[in-house]
Parts: sequence; structure tokens; C-alpha cells
Amino acid sequence: MMVEKTLLRVIAKLLIPLILLYALYVQFHGDFGPGGGFQAGVIFAVAFILYALIFGVDIARKAIPAWASRTLLASGVLLFGGTGLWAMALGGEFLNHSVLSDTALHGQHLGIFLVELGVGMTVTGAMITIFYTFAGHVAETLPFRGSDGG
Amino acid sequence: MIDVPASDPWLILLVVVPLLAAPLCVLLRGPAGAWSVATAVSWGVLGIAVKLLGDVLERGTLRYRIGGWDAPWGIEYLLDPVGAFVVVIVAAIGAVVLPYAKSSVEKEVRSDRIYLFYAMVLLCLSGLLGIAVTGDAFNLFVFLEVSSLSSYVLISLGRDRRALTAAFRYLIMGTLGATFYIIGVGLMYQMTGTLNIQDLTTIIPAVADTRTVLAALAFLTVGISLKLALFPLHLWLPNAYTFAPSAVTVFLSATATKVSAYVLLRIFFTVFGQVDLFAHFPLQPVLMAMALAAMFLASLTAIWQQNVKRMLAYSSVAQIGYTVLGISLATEAGLSGAIIHLFNHALMKGAAFMAIGAVVYATGAVTLDRLAGMGKRMPFTMAAFVVAGLGLIGMPLTAGFISKWQLITAALESGYWPLAVLILLSSLLAVIYVWRVVEAAYLRPVPANEAWAATDRVPVGMQVPMWVLAGASVYFGTDASFTLELAHTAARALMGGY
Repeated sequence: MMVEKTLLRVIAKLLIPLILLYALYVQFHGDFGPGGGFQAGVIFAVAFILYALIFGVDIARKAIPAWASRTLLASGVLLFGGTGLWAMALGGEFLNHSVLSDTALHGQHLGIFLVELGVGMTVTGAMITIFYTFAGHVAETLPFRGSDGG
Repeated sequence: MIDVPASDPWLILLVVVPLLAAPLCVLLRGPAGAWSVATAVSWGVLGIAVKLLGDVLERGTLRYRIGGWDAPWGIEYLLDPVGAFVVVIVAAIGAVVLPYAKSSVEKEVRSDRIYLFYAMVLLCLSGLLGIAVTGDAFNLFVFLEVSSLSSYVLISLGRDRRALTAAFRYLIMGTLGATFYIIGVGLMYQMTGTLNIQDLTTIIPAVADTRTVLAALAFLTVGISLKLALFPLHLWLPNAYTFAPSAVTVFLSATATKVSAYVLLRIFFTVFGQVDLFAHFPLQPVLMAMALAAMFLASLTAIWQQNVKRMLAYSSVAQIGYTVLGISLATEAGLSGAIIHLFNHALMKGAAFMAIGAVVYATGAVTLDRLAGMGKRMPFTMAAFVVAGLGLIGMPLTAGFISKWQLITAALESGYWPLAVLILLSSLLAVIYVWRVVEAAYLRPVPANEAWAATDRVPVGMQVPMWVLAGASVYFGTDASFTLELAHTAARALMGGY
């Protein structure tokens, strides 16, 4: 059973939008400063994991069901690879972003943007999936361990 | 060898197509959809692999610059005859395993996990192919991890709960191996400033005497030997093969260790290709001792096994010994023997594991006592097993004979006649463990409590791949001119550098 902790709930509700916003900043500012898709993906997932810790895994699963996080995970890889294939379709090498736009500079920007977005999506999906898997596992085994006295 | 400057896009598609098909399977979710995608992709990949092999033989080494960045700064893909041969082995096994997997997996893997199973098979395929085409030592590590992580998952999907501990054990050993490999790469990078394999070949001789590079060589050798399951680093293998789903055992036994052997060849003869490793270091006696120990001790262990899958797993450890024995000779003939054995063993062991998988599918029997009378209950399946088993022994007219003939010739050529005798003696051990199955299946009566009704009711989807591999092992045993020439070309390419 979830114990009501008003303070935790209020602080979490205040923090979660900021965490999500910060994740987006790390994601899209990654070309110019420290950060990028991986870090952003972890931070983005942390917001949901915090939500699940404070409000319970069942409610978190309503916000992002397991299939949604898996879809996110798979789509990210497809976006990354698709960017590479797009460059091939335009006559460049795999992941040669220079051909994606009129100028090589703009093409590189666009390519990195898409690839990092793919990384971010996959990492978010993977983190949430791993958390759900472990959280589900604990829920299944805890009563057993309790009755065991362990 | 003439280098073709133009980029060959098929090199990257070979890796990217299965890599992107894996998330597609996850999105599809349905077992049938995932299986269709995986099977179609595996056949497409085989087509690409065969085309690449033809191109390599015709035009020489193929190259591809990822992202348009030139080597050594960018990652370069590079395919020579050795790589192309390994690519064809992996792709061909993938293409026959996936049709086989459909029924087998439905029975052995929880239905809500089947789409993940095919996603993992595709990732594993992509990783193994990536290892064979990459020309970058770090990129090779990445693919090593892609293939390893997916194979840990695949093994853990086995019905038996012991599959979990087997997968965990493999995870620990495999991670150790990969870590050792990356430490080796890091040490080489420290001394040479490059990760490109071709670049390493040219720079290594200048720094070959430093202790850092020697340590790198040691780490690389031990790390890859762990992945290769070279005796005595094979402890993860028997349980992993025994408890994995049948289709996974077939796939891994016929591909994963082959690719590891390829990496070992690359390290010894390409990365350290300009350094006469075998003249300067006691590499030959060490490798030879391990290979002989594998051939004899693993075969002896196989004789005592009750579980046929485990018996074949120990036989795999022994067969890895033959491959390493060929490598340890460090002559063109020896390498040809090692390389052709990779191919031949993939056919034979694949067919043998498929036959046992079919028995497991129809009856659930995997131990010798329950195989009693199986030759009458499942005549076709057991016949395929016998064909594969004859190959493992090295009988004439089977692919195994070609391997052993080539290895014995190589040993005699190098003046190691005792080796030739030992190869023959160890084959006698194979006779014993194959005979134990034949004896159980054909000479013992069907136990009274076993239903006769369960006779060869194995789906065509499983029978055809099994007979394709068993048939191929006979075909390439009777007419080995193509494979032998390919192995010779590959060995020459290895000895002569990229």
C-alpha cells in the first residue's frame, strides 16, 4: 500500500515538469553544449521513474503503458537507422548527413538532430522498460519473500 | 589484391537491414508477423552475402566509408575473402534456422515473448555479420556486444529454468571476454593512436616490442578465447547450449564461435600481421596444447554425457580445438583447414542440433535413455542425425572428412606427424559418442511406456532446414572443390594482409 506523503507528492509534482523541460534542453542543446540524446533520454525517463516511485507503479503504467515504452524504444532505433538510410537514398553514404539538406552544414545539423532524437527516444524507452520490469518483478516476488520470513 | 576505391553500399546494408528489422519486430508484436519479417530479412541477408562473396572473389577487397568519413578517422567497413566466407556461413545458417525456428519456438518459448525472440535473433545476426565486415577494432567490440547481449537473452528464453543460470554464467564469462578485448584495444590505441585495423597493421611493427602491445596481445587473445570457448575457457558453453531453445542452440553453435575464431584470425594475422608472432612468442605451443586438450578432454567428456544436447555441446568444444589447431600451425594449409572447418562444422553441428531439436519437439526426449528406439519412431530425423554424426567423426563423403583431411595434410606439411596421428585418434572418440546415440536409437527397443504414435510428426518447416544442412554436409563432403578453393583464397588473403 502506498503511504500518503503530501510533501513528497507536492514536491514531485513541482519537479517533474522541470525535469522533463531540462531533459528537452539537454536533448536539443546537445549539439552546442554538454549533453545529447543519451543523457537527455536518461533524464526524461527519470521524470517518469520519480512519478512511479511517488505515486505507484500502477498509476505510472496508466500514464505510459509497457507497450508505449517499448514502441518508443523501437522507434528510436528506427529513426536513427532511418536517418542513415535516408542519406543513402539521397546518394550519400550511410549516416552521411551532409547530403540531407542544401548545404552540408545544414545537413549535418539536421542529421545529428534526428539521430540524437532517436537515441533519446530509445534511451527513454529502455530506462522506463527496465524500471517497469524490475518493479513488476518485485511486486511478484515480495509477498512470497514476506511469507518466507525473508 | 586490387582495392576497389568505390564504396560498396551492400556492405552496410548487410548489417543495417537486420539491425533495423529487429525494432520492426518489436513494433509488430505478433509472433507470425515477427517471424515473417525475420525470415524474409534472413533470406535477403543471405542474398546480399552471396553477392558480396562473388564481388570479393572477382574484384578484391570491398570497402565502405560510414558517414562519408575517411579511414582511419571514420569507421571503415572492409570485406576480404576471409570475412566474406564467414559472412556467408553466418547468413546461410540464419536463413535455414529461421524457417526451422517457427514451430520449435512456438513450443519452447512463451507466446508473449516470441516477437522479442525474433528481434533478438535479428540483433544477434546483425552483430555477428558486423564483426565480419568491420575494419575498425572498436566497432568490432560494439558488434561483439550486440551479438553477445542478444545471445544471452536468447539462451535465457529456454523453458528449463536452468537456462537462466546458464545465460547468467555466459553473461559473466562473455562480459569478461569482451572487457579483455576492449582493454587490449585500448592498450593498442595508447601505443598507436588508431583503431582502424589496417592502420594498426602498419603501425604495430614499430611498437611491437613494447610491453604495452604485448599486454594488448595477451588481453585480446584471452578475451576472444573466452568468446570462442577455447579449452579451458569453455565452461560457459555446455550449459548454454543445453538449456537454450533448440533453434538458438542451432544458430549459436553454427555461428557465434565461428565468428570468434574469425576475430582470432584477424588479430593474429591482420592486426599483428606484419609482426612474426609465431616466431617471437610461444604462441604455437600454447595454442596447440589448448587445441589438443580440447580435442581429447572435451571429446572424452562428451562420451559420458546422458543429455544429447550437452554431448553435442562438448563435441563443439572439441571441434573448436580442430579449428585452433589449424590456426596454431600458422601456415597457409593450416589456416585453410581452420577456415574450411568453420564452414563444415557449422553444417554438421547445425544439422545435428536440428535433429535433436526435432526429437525434442515431437517427444520432449533429450536424454539417451529416452532416445531408445527413436530410430524406429522418428526414422527421418534420426537418419539426419546419423548423417551429421558421421560428419563429426570425419567419415569420407562427409564435410567433416574434408576438414580433417586438410588439417592432417597441413600438419604433415609442417612436419608435425604426431599431430596427424592425434587428429585420427581424437576422431575415434567422436565415433564413440556418436555411436552411443546410434546404439540407443537403433539397437534398443522402444520402451513400453513411450507411445509409438509420436512418430515423425515433425513439421515440414523443421524437416526441410534439417535436411538442407545434412544434405549440404554430404554435398560439400563429396565435392569440396569450391569450399576448399575458397578456404585457400581466404588463407592466402590472411597471410598476405588485406
